Amino acid sequence: MLPTDIGSHATPHAYTAYHPRWLRQPVSTYWWVQKRSYFAFILRELSCLFVAWFVVYLLTLVRAINEGEAAYQSFLTFSARTSVLLLNLVGFLFIVYHAVTFFDAAPQALVVHVGRKRLPSGLVGAAHYLGWMVVSTVVAWVLLGAR
Amino acid sequence: MIKRHPEPLLWMLFSAGGVVSALLLPILVLLFGLAFPLGWIAPPSHDHLRAVVGHPLSRLVVFGLVVLSLFHWAHRFRHTLYDGLQIKHLNELVAILCYGSALAVSAVAAVLLWWPDAIR
Repeated sequence: MLPTDIGSHATPHAYTAYHPRWLRQPVSTYWWVQKRSYFAFILRELSCLFVAWFVVYLLTLVRAINEGEAAYQSFLTFSARTSVLLLNLVGFLFIVYHAVTFFDAAPQALVVHVGRKRLPSGLVGAAHYLGWMVVSTVVAWVLLGAR
Repeated sequence: MIKRHPEPLLWMLFSAGGVVSALLLPILVLLFGLAFPLGWIAPPSHDHLRAVVGHPLSRLVVFGLVVLSLFHWAHRFRHTLYDGLQIKHLNELVAILCYGSALAVSAVAAVLLWWPDAIR
């Protein structure tokens, strides 16, 4: 509304139905293919799909173990199918990417103090990797048993 | 009355699930997804695995891994659909489907671990 118009109206403050357009650039649905770092971000986010897949995969294994020797053997046969192996190979790479990105981000999310001093972030990060190694060793030892 | 937002709790579950799945899934997938089927290592016997799953501590670990990983998936997937694919108009439906299926599969896991005879 122009200032010269105001005087010509009886109610200068009357609201109109007009609404300005927001100054917002529409973002393409495929914004994440435009830059390498964006693509890495979306790959990291999509790793969660494989987290869910392996939860289902492990629950299938638990069910097979519950049901007995024959069901366990058929789970092993199922896991050796080419399609399942390929899916699990891709999934394994995604899971490792998820683990590395999560442990690398941990020092920024976790601020540890000893007394009044803040632990250096390198140490917090290293502790996560050490924990990963210890947990993996224990799991492998429990599953493989004494051979 | 103060309105409580579930977002902080969901974010904590996401974060805890991220750590737990990062610690446990790589070795489990390496063994059961690649090493055993490809014959790098002979798979453990059924009796041995039955004993492992039968131990109360390993049941708790598996259950914790399953529940937290599922909520990790639910939260991250919901946000990927929102930011990545910009599915914003279905926000509530997506949230219900994500967290709902995380809850449902968690319940299945509890039955499989503690009451296996219920779904034979």
